[in-house]
Amino acid sequence: MAMLDTNADLRAQTEQIFRRKRLITLAVPSLILAYLVYIFFSFDIAGLWQRADGRNAQILISDAYSYKTHVTRDNRTGAVSVAIEGEKKGRYPEGESPYWVDLGETTFVDLEGGHSVTFGPDLITYVNPDIGTSTFRVSRSQGVVADYPFPLDEMPEWINASKNRVAITTDAGRLTITRNRAEVFRYFTGWELFFFTLDSPYHGLGFGALLSRAVHGEAGAILSDFWNNPMWLHKEVAWAIFETVLMAFLGTFGAALVALPLAFFAARNFAPMMWVRMGARRFFDFFRGVDALIWTIILTRAFGLGPLTGALAILITDTGTFGKLFSEALENVDEKQIEGVQSTGARPAQRYRFGVLPQVTPVLLSQILYFLESNVRSATIIGAITGGGIGLMLTQAILTQKDWEEVTYYIVLIVLMVMLMDWLSGLIRARLIKGDEAGH
Amino acid sequence: MADLTHAHRPTTDLHQSYMALVGRRRLYSGIMLAIFVALMVSGFNLAASRNGGSFWGGLPNILDYPSEVVSEALSKASEIPGHIVTYFPALLETVNIAAVATLIGALFAVVLSLLSTRGMAAFPRLTGLFRRTMDVMRAVPEIVIALLLIFVLGGGPVPAMIAIAVHTAGALGKLFSEVNENASLKPVEGLQSVGASWSQRMLLGVVPQVAPNWLSYALLRLEINIRASAILGFVGAGGLGYELKVAIQWGQGKFDEAGAMFLMLFLTIVFFDQLSSHVRDRLTHGQRVKG
Repeated sequence: MAMLDTNADLRAQTEQIFRRKRLITLAVPSLILAYLVYIFFSFDIAGLWQRADGRNAQILISDAYSYKTHVTRDNRTGAVSVAIEGEKKGRYPEGESPYWVDLGETTFVDLEGGHSVTFGPDLITYVNPDIGTSTFRVSRSQGVVADYPFPLDEMPEWINASKNRVAITTDAGRLTITRNRAEVFRYFTGWELFFFTLDSPYHGLGFGALLSRAVHGEAGAILSDFWNNPMWLHKEVAWAIFETVLMAFLGTFGAALVALPLAFFAARNFAPMMWVRMGARRFFDFFRGVDALIWTIILTRAFGLGPLTGALAILITDTGTFGKLFSEALENVDEKQIEGVQSTGARPAQRYRFGVLPQVTPVLLSQILYFLESNVRSATIIGAITGGGIGLMLTQAILTQKDWEEVTYYIVLIVLMVMLMDWLSGLIRARLIKGDEAGH
Repeated sequence: MADLTHAHRPTTDLHQSYMALVGRRRLYSGIMLAIFVALMVSGFNLAASRNGGSFWGGLPNILDYPSEVVSEALSKASEIPGHIVTYFPALLETVNIAAVATLIGALFAVVLSLLSTRGMAAFPRLTGLFRRTMDVMRAVPEIVIALLLIFVLGGGPVPAMIAIAVHTAGALGKLFSEVNENASLKPVEGLQSVGASWSQRMLLGVVPQVAPNWLSYALLRLEINIRASAILGFVGAGGLGYELKVAIQWGQGKFDEAGAMFLMLFLTIVFFDQLSSHVRDRLTHGQRVKG
């Protein structure tokens, strides 16, 4: 065609093409931009900035890698207790305390860097190396009576004082005094009591000491103390991870088992009858279209909460997906091999077994393994709804809004679990493809 | 093959060794199958034992809930169109979350995939780093980021959007970099020889080759993200999922609303499913016709 055109025509054509291209290169980005502007207002991004809680973010991040130990004095009885994260499970036994707390008639709490707090019988003293000593007296009638080393109108912003409550927050720690109690928080880096809680005889021992004890026949006790750690719940977490993988495994392979025979009805070359094919395809579309969310809701009503419900929800949704994928794979089967098997006098069942299955198995398996990995992630989310597995533990830990170190731990485990499944399924898929090249 | 050259070797030997091989192969397959069946059965029983209700006990009731919803929705059929109008903004929000997340995620994926493909990377030594970054982004389930961001940013569509976008960037980044590996590097070299910068080389040399495939994967992702967006709404991130949760917790009396939302969600998913497969078909086959 172009050969017949005159040069002028060619030039006009080229210019037109260029104009169109220029228009597209301009139109696509501006359309995207317009859409983003619409979203900016529709999602109220500007307002979000004001609503965002910076303090929450700070708590979340600092709590993820640090913990605090509470030293609490009951102002009515005068009793002092020391507990990690203020939890019952992390409380030091009566009369015991960490090295920086001196228990006694007057309790001395060393916050390092020159900061210290003293709980006396009557007075609570806070020493700040930059400012001096503040003393507080608690009385039932007057609330918290404070005596600061500076005039009251020069109160620094890190002291928050009212009649019944004083809160002092510095980098060294935090002191709160109310009528009922006085409490000191001191922050430490790390995950507290990750291996052993305070009531275990192995708390505070080094790796070498543990190893020598393990050699002397205490290995079982050491493992059981770690495994049953009441604060970090290693046993429950391991079970939850296993349950999540189990949900994904049952759902994926169950769906594959259901979808494989049905896929033959949806493949053009195996189901010549139009209405059977259309019926099977609409059936798959329906199961895929009713999303996992809706299946989860319906199944929860019938089977109650738990991992089985989650597995069945994955199974039903993926039956639709696999049905579609498998039927596409079956349509691409090479007819010659089936004919070859048929020519030896094979019956239909044998034709499928020896003519079709060996051809599609690597393709199908590779698809199934790909979905197994993605379903581990789905199982985490579905578990949060149906109440099973690590998804449930994660949502519960997030909802308490204080155990962020546990949330971090779960997130790390989930990411590792998904990456492991990804790696494993990739490994098996690679072997399948290689094995296929070698012969079968 | 080697055995065929040894013509003097008796065929009975050959036959026997072949049968032995087949027998061993069958044995292995049989063992694998037995292990698989045992795993499935015991796993199923284990899951059932830890479930709230039993499988066989619940099986007859499986249609109870849908039939309750359908019958109540049918008895109030005249109100369904009204509900659809009421909840349309929520549906729009769910679709918007998915669309923006796909868009932003795909843009990040483009950059990440170009940076992690051999021969195209701007910093060849860092390809491994970008790949691991994508692996981690892909591995974090959306719910994790969504819940953390809800704590910091409060409820609403943005946490879900960011969560889905992060995952999308990782997932699409991997697929995009697989596409990039098949692209010809000659245009890139040509552009380099005339002194084009990295972004020019990528934009003019690589993008025109791979854009249809990228678009095809992104559309597939959009469909997946709409489902994810609905689920995230259910765990507290706004949109139709949230409204659905409220209606379901209410139970009887609001089944007409729940039914309307089920219907909307179903139709939306089917619509995007069909749309994306239609457009992807055009993208891959249309290209071939144009040649």
